[in-house]
Amino acid sequence: MKFWLAQATADAPEVDYLILALVLTSCVILALVFGLILLYSVKYRAGSPIDRGELAKKTWRLEISWTAATLVIFFGLFVWGADLYVRLFRAPSNGLRIYVVGKQWMWKVEHEGGQREINALHIPAGRPIQLVMTSEDVIHDFSVPAFRIKHDVLPGRYESLWFNAVTPGKYHLFCTQLCGTGHAQMVGEIVVMSGPDYQHWLEQNGAGGTLAEQGQTLFMRFGCSGCHGGNGAGGRQAESTVPAPALAGLYGSPVTLADGEIVTADDAYIRDCILIPEKRRVASYPPIMPSFAGQLSEEDVLKLVAYIKSLTPKEQP
Amino acid sequence: MSMTATQAPPAAPSYLTDGFTLRSWLLTTDHKRIAILYLVSITIFFFIGGVAAALMRYNLIVPEGMIGSAETYNRLFTTHGVVMVWFFLVPAIPVTLGNFLVPLMLGARDLAFPKLNLFSWYLFVFAGLVVLYALFAGGVDTGWTFYTPLTTLYSKGHVVAAAAAIIIGGFSTIATGLNFIISIHRLRAPGMTWYKMPVFLWSLYATSVIMVLATPVLAMTLLLLAFERIFHVGVFDPAIGGDPLLFQHLFWFYSHPAVYIMILPGMGVVSEIIPAFSSKQLFGYKFVVWCSVAIAVISFLVWGHHMFVAGTSVYSALVFSILSFMVAVPSAIKVFNWIGTMHKGFIRFDAPMLYALGFIGLFTMGGLTGLFVAALAADVHLTQTYFVVAHFHYVMVGGMVSAYFAGMHFWWPKITGRIYPEMWGRAAAFIIFIGFNLTFFPQFILGYLGMPRRYHSYPADFQVLNVLSSAGASILSLGYLLPLAYLTWSLFYGKRASANPWGATGLEWQTSSPPLTENFLSVPTVTEPPYNYTPQGAVQPNV
Repeated sequence: MKFWLAQATADAPEVDYLILALVLTSCVILALVFGLILLYSVKYRAGSPIDRGELAKKTWRLEISWTAATLVIFFGLFVWGADLYVRLFRAPSNGLRIYVVGKQWMWKVEHEGGQREINALHIPAGRPIQLVMTSEDVIHDFSVPAFRIKHDVLPGRYESLWFNAVTPGKYHLFCTQLCGTGHAQMVGEIVVMSGPDYQHWLEQNGAGGTLAEQGQTLFMRFGCSGCHGGNGAGGRQAESTVPAPALAGLYGSPVTLADGEIVTADDAYIRDCILIPEKRRVASYPPIMPSFAGQLSEEDVLKLVAYIKSLTPKEQP
Repeated sequence: MSMTATQAPPAAPSYLTDGFTLRSWLLTTDHKRIAILYLVSITIFFFIGGVAAALMRYNLIVPEGMIGSAETYNRLFTTHGVVMVWFFLVPAIPVTLGNFLVPLMLGARDLAFPKLNLFSWYLFVFAGLVVLYALFAGGVDTGWTFYTPLTTLYSKGHVVAAAAAIIIGGFSTIATGLNFIISIHRLRAPGMTWYKMPVFLWSLYATSVIMVLATPVLAMTLLLLAFERIFHVGVFDPAIGGDPLLFQHLFWFYSHPAVYIMILPGMGVVSEIIPAFSSKQLFGYKFVVWCSVAIAVISFLVWGHHMFVAGTSVYSALVFSILSFMVAVPSAIKVFNWIGTMHKGFIRFDAPMLYALGFIGLFTMGGLTGLFVAALAADVHLTQTYFVVAHFHYVMVGGMVSAYFAGMHFWWPKITGRIYPEMWGRAAAFIIFIGFNLTFFPQFILGYLGMPRRYHSYPADFQVLNVLSSAGASILSLGYLLPLAYLTWSLFYGKRASANPWGATGLEWQTSSPPLTENFLSVPTVTEPPYNYTPQGAVQPNV
């Protein structure tokens, strides 16, 4: 039994101050409303002989005053909530990236080093964590009350969520978007560990190669290397005869699409290229890339993205 | 108002004694009889939805769930939501009190389209039968929000039948809305200008505008959902080329205004009762009236606040946050005006007034906790938890259902010609107020602590508050059974009511209780402003 909730991130107290301010505002207004109702109920009950005096004829002054007062209070609360939201939800660039895949009814987690977990997430304390989340089926929601955060996890999209947990301990992880029969079983544990403990945990669970290494295996097995070259060097210059764009150095660089639009090759772009290649086709290559939708799981795609991300251009400028 | 009260037994039969056959009820075009048909239908739905809620609270007494099956639990909350929203809350006040009172308050013979009115009841009943088939034959486990792609490709229940029922029920709502809008425009008694209309009519007018404009969007959305489910046309499921957030945008574009379809008529009821029992004019009549209109307009611009954590942009979150604060302003103004009405009044505390005061308190709490979820950073923590469940139950149940009972008690003598037992009425109002708070207040704390909604089982830390909430629910259900019992009793044994037992203004009190089939013996003329109450005990100027 508990009536207070752990504040496990540096920002949790800030959210609590906002909620406290809302509670206090509500209490004042409730005291006013209930107080006046009770006061008038006693003072102006039908049997009360008290002299009512003249009734006010013009009421607009009062109306304008309480409308203005309400507007000012509400606007203040809006600014507070919005400012905090904008500040807290702008992710720092140095976050440790961890990949989360939701499916009916479990959370699957992939660390950069290749460690895998189900319904658990081990993280180091005091370091910003950047989650990249997607779903294999329906909409889920990754919610950690002790961190005061939650975000929907959508199929076909990468949504991100960041936090900086400071207090080591174990915290509830809930799915808070109804996702079917097993919704209430889609719960897990967030384990916040000190730096050394986390390193130890990584080593204990690190078998099977990093995420990028696992991606390289998939890159060979699914024939990506046939067109894009063994190390992603590209089709024209490398051993392959099929014209396919070079992948080394692609991640994070601008790409000109067939329709002239220029996009940045981020996780979502690379995912689209693998699963829905016709959606955002790169310029000056024939549309021969097949879709791998249905053959690759979301985790496989994450591994391939990690591999492509790890490729750096060697010979080419 | 110039017409004198008809206190003597009327020469013509009342609408209740004008025909006793089943046919005279089922083929009636009398708005008062149709109101009774609706009253019986929505009462059945209220208790079906209530039983589902009681079973849910029973399940949540222990962390692992008293009901063994998560699937059953999911079907229960879907049944509760679908039935309560579309088959009780949305129609409740408009189709019963509205149908009964709109022509009476206007001084008219009937609504503008009496046959359409009867047709809308048949549509409602048909929709009700379809939804009962869907919920009991196969069950639906998607929640009343029907989020895609869970609904379109993954859920196994009778989603399409439930959607069909809601679409059919929607047409019934649209027909009622049209009927009210046209009646209010065309059938006002001589002398009844817009600013001489009671606030109840203004509220129903605002409600009807939302009904007519928003409900078609719901029908289209559910049609698209059914298309995707049956024919696998990619609309919402990204796996076949759709957009999962599109459904949420469309759904809430209807469902947020629908919240105001539910609450505006309740505000109208309370605006009638507070002046009547304070023997005083409604404070700031024009402000209350235009607040209803403002709510109806702004309600269409806040749907995005249901999606702050769904993956929409920061800019849309900021815009929808401030608009959500704005929509709360007119509601706050109304609360202040109701309290202002009590100031210097001669207040009586009959059951309708107690329910109305309960409405003000609970609605204010519901409104204030709405600010929590309108404030962005707080919403991120509180949304999708029991905090939200408590918030909207304070508005919908604490507010709207209290107002419904307030109105039902206030106009019961007019509708039935009988007086309900006053002490039982007051006792039930207290029991409902206390039971309600015990049920839903603990849920605010549960939500802050992070308990997600729609969970069949939960971590053991949350048990104490859940048990408290379930205990409150048992008191609340007793509170709801009481009026069913004593109001039914009063139909047979209650004292006969006079034409105007409360000494209230308004044309409906100028005809006999129960009214004649024709409503009025001669067309009433309106010469005075609404709520022209003379303070009791003061020297009456015109006597």
